[in-house]
Amino acid sequence: MKFSLRDVPIRRKLMGALLLTSVTVMLLMRGSFFTYEYLNFRSNTARQLGVMGRMIAANSTAALAFENEPDAREILSALRVEPQVTAAALYTADGRLFTSFAAPDRASPLPASPGETGFRFTGARLAGFQPVLNDQRRLGTLYLEYDTGPVMRTWLRDSVTIALAVMGVVLVVAYLLARALQRQISAPIVDLARTAQAVSERGDYSVRALPAGGGEIRQLTDAFNQMLTQIEALNRELERRVAARTAELEIANKELEAFSYSVSHDLRAPLRHIDGFAGLLVKADGERVSERGRKYLATIASSARQMGTLIDDLLVFSRMGRSEMTFRDVDLRQLVDEEIRTLQAQNPDRRIRWDIGPLPVVPGDRPMLRQVLVNLLANAVKYTGPRDPAEISVGARPDGAGKVVVHVRDNGVGFDMQYADKLFGVFQRLHRAEEFEGTGIGLANVRRIVSRHGGETWAEAAVGAGATFFFSLPLSRPALS
Amino acid sequence: MKTLKRILLVEDNLKDVDLTLAALADHNLANEVVVARDGAEALDYLYARGAFAGRDPGPPAVMLLDIKMPKVNGLEVLRAIKSDPALRTLPVVMLTSSREEPDLAESYSLGANAYVVKPVDFLQFVEAVKQLGVFWAVLNEPPPGTAHR
Repeated sequence: MKFSLRDVPIRRKLMGALLLTSVTVMLLMRGSFFTYEYLNFRSNTARQLGVMGRMIAANSTAALAFENEPDAREILSALRVEPQVTAAALYTADGRLFTSFAAPDRASPLPASPGETGFRFTGARLAGFQPVLNDQRRLGTLYLEYDTGPVMRTWLRDSVTIALAVMGVVLVVAYLLARALQRQISAPIVDLARTAQAVSERGDYSVRALPAGGGEIRQLTDAFNQMLTQIEALNRELERRVAARTAELEIANKELEAFSYSVSHDLRAPLRHIDGFAGLLVKADGERVSERGRKYLATIASSARQMGTLIDDLLVFSRMGRSEMTFRDVDLRQLVDEEIRTLQAQNPDRRIRWDIGPLPVVPGDRPMLRQVLVNLLANAVKYTGPRDPAEISVGARPDGAGKVVVHVRDNGVGFDMQYADKLFGVFQRLHRAEEFEGTGIGLANVRRIVSRHGGETWAEAAVGAGATFFFSLPLSRPALS
Repeated sequence: MKTLKRILLVEDNLKDVDLTLAALADHNLANEVVVARDGAEALDYLYARGAFAGRDPGPPAVMLLDIKMPKVNGLEVLRAIKSDPALRTLPVVMLTSSREEPDLAESYSLGANAYVVKPVDFLQFVEAVKQLGVFWAVLNEPPPGTAHR
């Protein structure tokens, strides 16, 4: 996982910034203090060695003046009590080494002749020369070598221990301070973020962020609350409009229902009368009417019946468009099998080869989807009338976008693709009534039902080469039906 | 041979009355048909009041009832007789042009005994009326206390 500072919560970011700043400041301060102490230590040590040198030089004047070597060695060996003194030597006035002593672990040789007066550091080693004087007369030179290492190490250890202890205390104090301070800064931001999350998760626009703090955060909170108020107002307005529009639609729907009720009831009655009285006339005075007259009466009666069928179909079509849909799982395979049995029973003389592929279970209104398959399969049977045997296949495949495409293919008379867009219109027919019976409402119903399920309908065909009808259905229930 | 029982036909449309009577006559079922031209008349007949005061006593064997009628419609007639203990047992056949589901549902919930949609096709219409007449006026045993003439 990639780590990015931007993903860290603001509280931790603030905390980190505050702690980092205090630690840095402390390290810098500690560093400068340490440097000062170190320099101080060196100059103090050099001064002390100078004092010691002058004391020993004063003591050795007699030994040098009388060239008494055992006395001189005795004086120098008194320095052994100071473990830091690693070497000492006395030179005569003409620069000859008179006497000396060196610590056992000291490796390098002593200087052969005296050098410049004064003490200097070479790493941790402080060494130098001190003239031995008597009444302004130079009797010789003293050499002293001092190892500051052990003292320095002790000092360093103590300094670091103290520094660490102080740093620990400072860190704890800084942490507590930072925590208190960051809370002041981050609390309003965190609160605002929580409110925003609540709004987006629950869709509740009535909550408000608590106005806290001042400056930019206060501005941000106020702006946020203002936006919520605006969204709430917009929502209310939208809901009001939807309610008004729904009421209008309900009225329109009621009117439509009343209209189709009248059509159903009142339009059918005169048709029944035309057919009925034409029938009664044939029955009562049939033999007195000419052959041609009887044919006319038969045409009057059959026209009335045809209109009755048209009205019925139109009513079904209108009902398909407005009736409530009840969604549940519908097994398309089961519907197809049932309808094939019905069609076989209705056409016992036809030889039809059925090829039914795997079909899915889809969410939908079962009676409506049955109507779709009834229409498509009955059409396939009807338009393969001249074929022996007729071949009808049904299959399905997913379209890769959450829908399944079902097809019904036949080897019937087909149609010219340039009329394909008329196919799904109400009462649109591509064949004469004498060729194939029907009112031309079936495919309009198919399109209406499929579109109410959120799918599409289309067809491919060629004259004399059969036709394939397709419809797609969502595999999951649409949010709005 | 079984005697024909009385049929009450409630129908506002004269042409439909003619066709229904012709269909019943075709099968010799028309000799005892009473016609009421709207719901109010039908109730007058059933309660033997108004124009029907002093009619032959007893309820008919069956009532063929249209839905859409002036004054009192078929569903109101149905509600009135099914809520009257004296008339509740009278068999009622809704004979109507309406195929609308709300009509069907309401008729049955009010207690209709059958619901027949008048076919547009005259031959089918004749057949339907004949079967209704044969079943209700000949075959069916009416509840006790119904006219047997």
